[in-house]
Amino acid sequence: MGLSGSKRATRAAGRGGGTAARGASGTGLAMRSTAAASRFQCTLASDYAASREIQKAILNDITRRGFNGQSVFAVQLALEEALINAIKHGNRFAAHKKVQVQAKVTNRQAEIIIEDEGNGFDRACVPDPTLLENLEKCCGRGILLIESYMSSVQWSHEGRRLRMVKKNEADVLPRR
Amino acid sequence: MAVTPSSVLITRQEDIRIVEFTHNKILDEANIADIGAQLGTLVDETPDPKLLLDFANVDHLSSAALGMLINVNNRIRGKNGKLRLTNIKPQIFEVFVITKLNKLFRIFPNRTEALGSFEQ
Repeated sequence: MGLSGSKRATRAAGRGGGTAARGASGTGLAMRSTAAASRFQCTLASDYAASREIQKAILNDITRRGFNGQSVFAVQLALEEALINAIKHGNRFAAHKKVQVQAKVTNRQAEIIIEDEGNGFDRACVPDPTLLENLEKCCGRGILLIESYMSSVQWSHEGRRLRMVKKNEADVLPRR
Repeated sequence: MAVTPSSVLITRQEDIRIVEFTHNKILDEANIADIGAQLGTLVDETPDPKLLLDFANVDHLSSAALGMLINVNNRIRGKNGKLRLTNIKPQIFEVFVITKLNKLFRIFPNRTEALGSFEQ
């Protein structure tokens, strides 16, 4: 299953073949997995430590499902950047604001939706970090990396919601 | 009391400081801040710092890590020093290319070439 030993896994009733698990106490991670797809959902506090468990769970699952090395790297990078953006830039580490994470992983693709409770932003107004005048700035590259490494990216809810998909395709380099 | 392992291993070849990263993932902000602080100390120690960063152990890094490297580069340039990067794995090098930071940093495929470049 790829879950850490601290999680409790129970056999799903009904159709069978799938497993369901909840995260370690306090994290709220819910996962349901069948041969066809794994689904993840959690509500995170606005701090980086809270995001580690769902990152690990998603990466374990895509690795288990045979995603190629390039795709695993891409998902790890984009997921890290997206969660940092939601926690730091979206919610500004506000204790009362949460980050919602949902993911659906099949053998063919990983779909991840991340939504914060911040003020939102206009994607069109984000400076291009690859321009010469921005090259020596220390921040502003997270969105570029997400959009370069994922197969598709959609922003909605005034920038508070990010939906990104990575297809498990061999020999597909990130967009430059 | 437990001692936190250092994030970097520092050796010296003549007046060049060689820095190896001990963690394979430079993602965590606390780790990045620690690395940045240690590199900053190296830069402050000498009037014309020469620093070689060896990425042989690094499998993942975040944009925050790139920001830290840019900050170090800016500080070294401010002291007329030299910074080189080497042994960057293909997937990590791709990150530098996408962000066009391969134009900002002087990157070499191996230590020998990187060390030789300090005299040029």
